[in-house]
Amino acid sequence: MSEKVSDSAQVTTKSSRLSAMIKKTAAGKVAPENTVLVWPNLVYLELICMMVAVSVILFLSLVAPAPLEELASADTTPNPTKAPWYFLGLQELLVYFDPWLAGMVLPTLMLVGLILIPYLDPNPRGKGYYTFSERKFSMLVFSFGLGLWYALIFVGVFFRGLDWSWYWPWDDWHVHQPAGAAKLIDLEIILQSSLGLSESPLITLGRYAVTTANLLTWVILGAFYGIGFTVPFLFFRDFYRKLGFVRYNLVMFFFISMMGVPMKIFVRLLADVKYVLVTPWFKI
Amino acid sequence: MLSLLQKIREAVNKTQVFKSIFRHGYPDTDGNRALVMFSNIILHLHPVRVRRGALKIKFTWCLGGLTFLFFILLAITGVILMFYYVPDTRRAYNDIRDLETVIYFGSLFRAVHRWSAHAMVFSVWMHMTRVFMTGSYKPPREFNWVVGVILLVTTLVLSWTGYLLPWDQLALWAVTVGSKMAEATPFIGAAGPFGPELGFGPENDMAFALLGGTIVGQSALLRFYVLHCLALPLITALFIAVHFWRIRKDGFSGPL
Ligand code: HEM
Repeated sequence: MSEKVSDSAQVTTKSSRLSAMIKKTAAGKVAPENTVLVWPNLVYLELICMMVAVSVILFLSLVAPAPLEELASADTTPNPTKAPWYFLGLQELLVYFDPWLAGMVLPTLMLVGLILIPYLDPNPRGKGYYTFSERKFSMLVFSFGLGLWYALIFVGVFFRGLDWSWYWPWDDWHVHQPAGAAKLIDLEIILQSSLGLSESPLITLGRYAVTTANLLTWVILGAFYGIGFTVPFLFFRDFYRKLGFVRYNLVMFFFISMMGVPMKIFVRLLADVKYVLVTPWFKI
Repeated sequence: MLSLLQKIREAVNKTQVFKSIFRHGYPDTDGNRALVMFSNIILHLHPVRVRRGALKIKFTWCLGGLTFLFFILLAITGVILMFYYVPDTRRAYNDIRDLETVIYFGSLFRAVHRWSAHAMVFSVWMHMTRVFMTGSYKPPREFNWVVGVILLVTTLVLSWTGYLLPWDQLALWAVTVGSKMAEATPFIGAAGPFGPELGFGPENDMAFALLGGTIVGQSALLRFYVLHCLALPLITALFIAVHFWRIRKDGFSGPL
């Protein structure tokens, strides 16, 4: 069949350009022995992949058609009201954070953090192949964040029932869980009573009465970021030097903020803390 | 038998109609295989040759291509669904009921649309994970990663806006949850930090802009419909075009 080339008039007129194209790749410098023609090698692979995927979608559509519930009504609120699964991570965060954090600030940080990844990772190794050992830090941080995201979605999908309470698969999902015995309290109240601090404000800024305990919670939050920024700077000089000043501060800001999310979850679950910091305008 | 088929094919390949469309013979020679790649607009997304390593399924897991396929499936089934759907709170739900019960293949088109949407959200996350794990965002592909994150966002927003359209309980309350979050946007949300201080109330804040009102009602349905069926698909298609263009320009990161 290979004599066919000369049959076609178009091929002869374009032959010089064509023979160059047959040998060249998009990547340019690669030796032709290491490359193959896209038709049929890649095109057929894509065709097969496409047919398998379309079959799976058709199969799923036939066995599990799209759901349609009752007509929308503002009068009856379903319990629980669940967002689509890919947003249940955010909805699950609502248990631990106020909506401005769970629904707006944290997702924004997540997306900005994702966008910045290529500019924050100066490691030239591990480009174009799977490797863990050559880029441990970036792999661990990314996997941690992604794992946290999927874990939250998983909990939202499989463990949240009536009133957004926790249900095990073997619980009766039609019965309300008894209201939790523990009452949630703010960190500053815990500090106030356990350290015996005065309730009268040190200073009053408009609506904001700053008590000693409240000031302490600011210090704790500041220390969380402060320690996070300084420890690697002091003890992992190599890490700092590789990143440089700007990158280092951005990486640490996103890293510490990300770690703050599971920290708050733990503080809530272990010590029933509602907010770690309270101001008249926002609560964390 | 085979030779008969071959004869028919050769005869077809010689006709004026075939030549006017394809401009080259059947791609069974290196020359025609190269020509087919740059004379066909869809195949032209590819280069003529790729490195062997790029073919390894275990490198890409076909995930970017699958995401694109689901987008195409969604566009096709979406156009069909649009024939039967009117974004009016008084009839939207009944239109979906008709699709499920009266219209030939209506239920199937709706199911394919919905499953493709789930699949696209899933595969876009997986694709991003793959790109990260192979370090394919490293220079010179930093900007294509940024384009990718934009595609991730438009994919999620597309799914979410589509969720409202059936106007059933699932739709209304899922979107209500989302609009509560918009209300809490710092500085520009009525219930967000510093929102009220800056003069934002329920009648002019972020949630109001999203819903076109203070509740999830007719204006919200119309907004979501226009975003879902027109604005977002166009934006997504545009960014996909940029994404693919950049892959061609930067070359593919796969192994040798
Ligand atoms: C609608 C969404 C998207 C579509 C249709 C899409 C499509 C594709 C396709 C077909 C490829 C070729 C290789 C492959 O199949 O894996 C690719 C590569 C790539 N994608 Fe995407 N993608 C999307 C979203 C994303 C996202 C969310 C990211 C990252 C945040 C991303 C980053 C990249 C990068 C950096 C490459 C180059 C990979 C390499 O050279 O190895 N894309 N994309």
